[in-house]
Amino acid sequence: MSRTLDKFGRPVVAVTGSGVVTSLGIGKQDNWTALTAGKSGIHRITRFPIAGLRTTIAGTVDTIKIPEPYCAPNLSHELARLAAREAVAQSGIGSKADFPGALFMAVPPVEVEWPQRAAMANAGGNGELTYVDVLKGAATGKFRAYHDLFLFGTVADRIADEFGTRGSPISLSTACSSGATAIQLGVEAIRRGETSAALCIGTDGSVHAEALIRFSLLSALSTQNENPEAASKPFSKTRDGFVMGEGAGAIVLEDYDHAKARGATIIGILAGCGEMGDGFHRTRSSPDGKPVIAALRAAIEDAGLQPDQISTINAHGTSTPENDKMEAMGCQAVFGDKVPPITSNKSMVGHTLTAAGAVEAVFSLLTIQHGRIPPTINYHTPDPAIPLDIVGNVARDVAVTSVISNSFGFGGQNTCLVMTAEPA
Amino acid sequence: MQSIMSARDVIITGIGIVTSLGEGIAEQVKGLSRAKPQRDSETFKPYTIHPSVAVNLDLQIPKKSDQRQMEQWQRMGTYAAGAALEDAGIKGNLDLLTKMNLIVACGGGERDYATDGSILTGMRGAENPEVYLNERLMSDIRPTLFLAQLSNLLAGNISIVHGVIGGSRTFMGEEQSSVDAIRIAEARIRSGQNDIFMVGSAVNAERADIILNYEMGGAIWRDADVPVMKRGGGGFIPSSASVFLILETRAHAEARGAKIYAKLNPIQADQSRRKAGDVERVISSMLGKVGAAENIISGNAGFGVAASEEARAIKKSLPEAKLKYSGDMIGHSMEAQFAFGVALAAGGIAAGKLKGPTVVTSVGHVRGEGAVKVEAA
Repeated sequence: MSRTLDKFGRPVVAVTGSGVVTSLGIGKQDNWTALTAGKSGIHRITRFPIAGLRTTIAGTVDTIKIPEPYCAPNLSHELARLAAREAVAQSGIGSKADFPGALFMAVPPVEVEWPQRAAMANAGGNGELTYVDVLKGAATGKFRAYHDLFLFGTVADRIADEFGTRGSPISLSTACSSGATAIQLGVEAIRRGETSAALCIGTDGSVHAEALIRFSLLSALSTQNENPEAASKPFSKTRDGFVMGEGAGAIVLEDYDHAKARGATIIGILAGCGEMGDGFHRTRSSPDGKPVIAALRAAIEDAGLQPDQISTINAHGTSTPENDKMEAMGCQAVFGDKVPPITSNKSMVGHTLTAAGAVEAVFSLLTIQHGRIPPTINYHTPDPAIPLDIVGNVARDVAVTSVISNSFGFGGQNTCLVMTAEPA
Repeated sequence: MQSIMSARDVIITGIGIVTSLGEGIAEQVKGLSRAKPQRDSETFKPYTIHPSVAVNLDLQIPKKSDQRQMEQWQRMGTYAAGAALEDAGIKGNLDLLTKMNLIVACGGGERDYATDGSILTGMRGAENPEVYLNERLMSDIRPTLFLAQLSNLLAGNISIVHGVIGGSRTFMGEEQSSVDAIRIAEARIRSGQNDIFMVGSAVNAERADIILNYEMGGAIWRDADVPVMKRGGGGFIPSSASVFLILETRAHAEARGAKIYAKLNPIQADQSRRKAGDVERVISSMLGKVGAAENIISGNAGFGVAASEEARAIKKSLPEAKLKYSGDMIGHSMEAQFAFGVALAAGGIAAGKLKGPTVVTSVGHVRGEGAVKVEAA
């Protein structure tokens, strides 16, 4: 059988499975139904008291059982395994606990959290508490389980163990573009011929008080608390920040010929990836938009396409004043006066942070499969500075052969993925 | 024996390094014969750590405003990254920096220790500890501290301060993050996906929260006078280290007339389940794949049975090779330890201090195994 290669002579990277969990539900079906119906998953926070907080809403995932007390690595792990199970089951690859490929995993950075820090401090001292007391508590040996729980590599290691992925699993962060980077690493590994399959996951279950407060103190979050479902309003003039969300997205990438040979159903092609760093500022984009533009162009070029061949844009669209303006400007620079219809899933699921790039890649593939672009809800007061074709409030049926999905993060991270329908 | 030269060989052309042994690769290479790392047994008593030597940050991070936006681990990493660019002769070379890719291996940021302590004290007497926590965090956290804590912001600061903007990724996961960072960079260069990379790590062990992370698991050894292999698997002395490498193809390096340290071969990496015998089996298999070597620099953390298992594998596979534990030179710098070993091997080979191919291994304190052969270019 002849080798299927892309325009650049590289192995074609197929998607043979996907899975997703968000505040809208567990699994693709529940998510897609809610997403295309314009339903919001944003609600009042109940996980911890909201007294004294400027933002009291989030798209937390509250339906999943994890050991008490809540901590981010445990929830992130649980979300990831649910998404991965759906993706691996759909792909039908390998066998139970024997995934024949590598694991690339976007995980939120971990650290000891307050309940655990307090438990150790209280075990270590009883006067004015300092880290000396926390260390004394730790030295009792009664908190051994916290060690592994709060290692950066643990969540990916547990997933590697459960799914039997091969080699050294990679835990990564590129802030809010992490999920896309996980997929990009998988694409690159398959193109290098290093592996014929990759399990790429982005997960984030880190809505706890300190995480929320940190974003809040940077004035990044929406404070439109009264009506939680209406707070996330990407591209609207009245947008005032993002809403934190939780979730996980998982994708099985596979060498196209490998997938064909085993008779797998190919649900899409991961055709191109582009990235560009931004050295302008820690939290703001270059005013000229150059890095965003370069990342968009690089992804389209890497897919062997021209801008006018992109059917729709799955925006990063966080609902912050800055992001949406810069993203729109970048899209206008790349697509000229023919910017394709653009939508932001974050209007409904919030910003799932580390997971966002993977969650939104799953939604982009569903967009291709169903020929239906999910709406950007809460789009009632268009921002005149963003004269784009926003898919506002109601899903739009249109033939979709290719989607570009954008992810941008603090630290000058810009990553774009192009997904296309089969055939490659 | 030298392997066959190829234009796509991956070559190390720049090293920026600061450890408890000193600043610059020459200071590390000196440590191969006699290592006297800085030691601090007072600040975190009863724990001993190996602090980094002091550097003049202004040399690599000229703007004080940039320095203020970072915590120490980011400052030291950004400093070492600048030193690596300078060493490779490409500092300020916009053409190269714009297409240079970056992979950073690191953990996360530092805490505000005084604030944490005061909140912990207050929480204990608080009527509703969680509400009290909200109030204190809202009023006491410095907004910019978050950015100094985020893992990927070391890479972000390197982009801002040095203009490395071809794309950056941050790998996490303790020791193995450094193995995988160098593995992926090497593979992408060798396969033609990129021509030039910066890869490295920074760890600041002079932090109570870093000691805490490993003390929770009983992984910290307290007496720095006992060598790694004499601790009976009792753990490691935490160590600060910042190490950045410039990697590029032989063709790329030669075309720009770069100084060449050594050749980096493909990195072996695995993550065994750590059942009895796993480390011995995995390291034996890796040593078999990397082939003959004169020297071994082991990055073994010295925690649990992994230490003696690796030693058995080495004894069996490369009985003649000279074995050195990097933990005995600088202590254990976690995410930076493998990068330190690779830098040391490259520097030692270039200086003629290490004769013949040198294998660098990594055996993480909880998980992760790696090995690579570094040889004369």
